[in-house]
Amino acid sequence: MTSHDHHEMTVSSFVSTYVFSRDHKIIGLQFLFSTLLWFLVGGLLALGIRWQLAYPWTDMPVIGSMLFSGEGGQISPEFYTVLFTMHATVMIFFVIIPVLAGAFGNYLIPLMIGADDMAFPTLNMLSYWFMWPAFICVGGSFFVPGHGAASGWTSYPPLSDVTAASPGSGTAQTLWLLGVTFVGISSMMGSVNYMTTIIQMRAPGMTMFRMPLTIWSMFITAILQAFALPVLTAAGFMQLADRTIGTGFFLPEGNVINNSVAAAGGGQPLLWQHLFWFYSHPAVYIMILPAMGMVSDILACFARKPVFGYKPMVYSISAIAGLGFIVWGHHMFVSGMNPVLGMTFMVSTMMIALPSAVKVFNWLGTVWGGKIQFTTPMLFALSFVSMFIIGGLSGIFMAATPVDIFIHDTYFIVAHFHYVLFAGTAMAVWGAIYFWYPKMFGRMMNETLGKIHFFLTFIFLNGTFFTMHILGTVGFPRRLADPYHYETFRHLLPMNQFMTWCAVAMVATQVIFAWNFIYSIFFGKAVGRNPWHCNTLEWMAPSPPGHGNFDFQPIVYRGPYEYGSPETDQDYYPQTQPPPSSA
Amino acid sequence: MVMASTTEEQDHHGHGHVAHHFDSAQQQFDAGKLGMWLFLITEILFFSGLFVAYAVYRVNHPEVFIDARQHLNTSLGALNTVVLLFSSLTMAWAVRAAQLGQHKLLSNLIILTLLCASVFLGIKSIEYSHKWGEGLLWAGAYTYGSEELIEHDKSAAKLAATAALGAPAALIVVVSGAILVFWRKRLSSVVRTLVAVTLGMGAIYFVGVGIGIIVEVLTHSSVSHASGDPSISQVAGTPGPGVFFSIYFTMTGVHALHILIGMGVMLWMLEKSLRFEYGPDYFGPVDFVGLYWHLVDLVWIYLFPLLYLIG
Repeated sequence: MTSHDHHEMTVSSFVSTYVFSRDHKIIGLQFLFSTLLWFLVGGLLALGIRWQLAYPWTDMPVIGSMLFSGEGGQISPEFYTVLFTMHATVMIFFVIIPVLAGAFGNYLIPLMIGADDMAFPTLNMLSYWFMWPAFICVGGSFFVPGHGAASGWTSYPPLSDVTAASPGSGTAQTLWLLGVTFVGISSMMGSVNYMTTIIQMRAPGMTMFRMPLTIWSMFITAILQAFALPVLTAAGFMQLADRTIGTGFFLPEGNVINNSVAAAGGGQPLLWQHLFWFYSHPAVYIMILPAMGMVSDILACFARKPVFGYKPMVYSISAIAGLGFIVWGHHMFVSGMNPVLGMTFMVSTMMIALPSAVKVFNWLGTVWGGKIQFTTPMLFALSFVSMFIIGGLSGIFMAATPVDIFIHDTYFIVAHFHYVLFAGTAMAVWGAIYFWYPKMFGRMMNETLGKIHFFLTFIFLNGTFFTMHILGTVGFPRRLADPYHYETFRHLLPMNQFMTWCAVAMVATQVIFAWNFIYSIFFGKAVGRNPWHCNTLEWMAPSPPGHGNFDFQPIVYRGPYEYGSPETDQDYYPQTQPPPSSA
Repeated sequence: MVMASTTEEQDHHGHGHVAHHFDSAQQQFDAGKLGMWLFLITEILFFSGLFVAYAVYRVNHPEVFIDARQHLNTSLGALNTVVLLFSSLTMAWAVRAAQLGQHKLLSNLIILTLLCASVFLGIKSIEYSHKWGEGLLWAGAYTYGSEELIEHDKSAAKLAATAALGAPAALIVVVSGAILVFWRKRLSSVVRTLVAVTLGMGAIYFVGVGIGIIVEVLTHSSVSHASGDPSISQVAGTPGPGVFFSIYFTMTGVHALHILIGMGVMLWMLEKSLRFEYGPDYFGPVDFVGLYWHLVDLVWIYLFPLLYLIG
C-alpha cells in the first residue's frame, strides 16, 4: 500500500473499470469468463467428434440440419477433421493455458504475495485484449471457405503449409496461425509481467521460500512460457510466410500436391515439428504445473496440515520444468527422426517420472493423518491427485519408444492426455473456482450442488476417457472420421457409443456448475475474509478485495502452511499474524 | 482509473514518477529493468528459432548458400553495420545524458539515433529493390536467371521497388511538411519539434537511399559477375537459392520491423525528453529503450556475417 488510497474512484468510468481495466483482479475475471465460454464451445466441438464415432454417417439429431445442412445433417470427413483440430485448439489455447495463467495467475499472484497490483498494469491489460484478435481469427476461421483449420492443432507441414493441400487449409489455416501468434504475444506479455511481479513486488517478509506453492508453480510456468513460446512464434511466422508468399521453409524437395510439383523446395518439414514441440512440450507443463500448485494449497487447507515436503515440492516443480525443455523429441518417435536421438529423448522423458512421483507422494503425505474436510474444492483436489496418477503412468508407456510406435496413433494417446488435461487440470480448475470463489465474489457457491457436480463429472469423465485406454491397446486409430471402415474395429462400436453417452452426460452435468456459478454471484451465502480458515495472504484481504487489494500493509512472519501450529490456539496461523513474542 | 489520472497530473509537475502500486522509485526502476531483460530474452529466443532454421538449411545445402551469398552486396551490409553501431553509441550516450540531467543533449542524441535508423532503412531498401529487380526473391517468387528477365525489365523493376519502399517515407515527409507549413502556429513547441524530427527522418531516409545507390553503382562489377551463372537458377521443386533468400528476407525483414518499432518508441521517448521529464531521479525508460536498441543492433551483428560474409 502506498500513501494515497484507492477507493475514491470518482473519475473512473464504467469502461476503464470493467472493460479496459488495469486492475489485475478484473483482468483475471475477464480471463475467467472468456475461458469458461470457450470451454463450452470446445466441449460442444468434442460432442461433434463423439457423435461421428458412435453413429457414423447418421444425421445428428435436431442441430445437425442447422449446422451442416449442405451435407444432409451429417458430419463430412473434412468437417470431422475440422472438429478435432478446433476442439484441441480451443481447449489448449483458449481454455487451459489462459484459465491457469491468465485467470488464476492474474487474480492470485499479487494477492498471494501481498502486492497492490502487477508490476506492469497496462501490459497486463494488453495481455487480455491481445486474446481478442486471436478469438476473432480462430472463431472466424469457421466462416471462411474451407470451414475451419483442419491440419490438427500441431499444424504439421506439408499438409498445413500448402493452400491446396487440404480443404480446410485455405484462408482458415492462415487465420489459425495468426490466432496462435496473437495468443503467443498475449502469453509473452503475461509471463514477463508475472515473473517481474513475483521477483520485485513481494510484501515485507515474503521470502521466496515463504511463497505458497500456487505462486511457485505460476512463477515456474511463466519462465517456461516466456522462454519456450517465442520459438513457436518464430515457427508460426515462417509457416505464415510459407502460406502467404511461398518461402518454402517447411516444403520438402520433390513435394507433389494435386499432381503438380510445388514451386518451392529444399525446405525441411521436420524442422517445424522440432520448433513446434520445443514450445509445445513445455506447454504441456504450462497446462499442469499451476494446477499442481493450486491443488497443493487446497489439500493443505482441507487436510488442516502443512504441505508435506514444501521445498522438495518447489524443487520438483523446477525439475519438471527444466527437464521439460529437453524432452520434446518424444512427440516425434514415429516422424522419421534419427532413432538414436529417440533413445536420448526416451531417457530424459522417463526422468520426469521422478519429480512427478515426488509430488504425488508429497500430496499423499499431506493428507495422511489429516483432519480432512470433504468440501467441494477438496473433492476436486483429491480427484486431481488420483487422476493424475493414471495420466502420469500412461505417460510412461509412451515414453518408451517401442511401445509408442504401436500406440502413437491410437486412442491410448487420447486417453493419456485427457487424463492429464481434463481429469487433471480441468478438475483442479473447478476445485480452484470453488475454493477462491468466495474471494472473487464475496459469496460461497452452493456446496450440495458442488458435490453433485463433482460426483457426476467424476463418474462420466472416467466413463468417457478410461474406455479410451482399452480402445488404444487394440489399436483403434485416432483422427479417422470412420475407423469402422476397417473390419477389425467394427466390434468396438458399442464401446464408442457408451463413451459418447458418457460425454454427453458430462457436458450436461456442467449445467449444474453454470447455474451454481451464476446464481451464487448474486444470491450465494455472503462470507467474510477467510471462510476456509486459510493462512495465505489473499484470505487476509477483503472479499472481494478493493482496488489496491489490502486495507493494511501485509507483513509476513512465516510460511504459508502452518496449520495446527502449537504457537497458536486456532488450527491455522495466518502468514500476517505476528508471533506471540512480539505481540 | 485513479492511477492514470494522478500520474498524468504528476507528470506535469515533474515529480512523482512512481506509479501507485510501487513502494519506491527504486522498486519501479528495478521492476522495469527486470521486465525489459526478460522481454529481451524472449526476443533472443524468437530470433533463435530463425537462426535454427538458418543452421538447418545451411547444413543441408551448403553449396546453395555459398553461391547465393555472392548476390548480397557486402559493402552495403558493412555500411549499415557501421550506421547501426554508431546509433548504439548515441543511444548509450543518451542514457548517460539522461542520468546526468543533460536535457538538451539527451534530446539531440535521441534525434541522432532516430536519423541513423532512417539511414539504415534507406540503405536496406536499396538492397531489397536490387534483389527485387534481379528476381533474387524467396523460394516461391525466385526468378533469377530465367529467360524472361531482360535488362530493361530489371531497371524498371528496381525503380518500381525503390519507389514502393520509399512511398511511406515520402508520405511522412509530405504530411509532416504540410503540418509544419499550415499549422505551425497552433502547435506547442514540443509537438513542433516532434513533427520537424519526423520530417527529418523521412528526408534522411532518402539520403540513405542515395548513399545506397552510389555504393551500389560503385560496387556493381563485383556483384554482376555471377549473373547468368546457371548454378544459381532455381528448378521447381528442388533445393535452390530460393531457400537462402527466404531466410534472407525473413530474417532481415523481421529485423527491420524491430528497427521500425524501436523508432516509434524513441519518438514517444523524445516527446518526454523534450518536456525535460528525464533526469538523475527518473531515467528508467531511456535505459530500457536503450537495452532494446542494443539487442536490435546485436541481432544485426550476427546477421551480417552469417548472411553476407561466410562463404
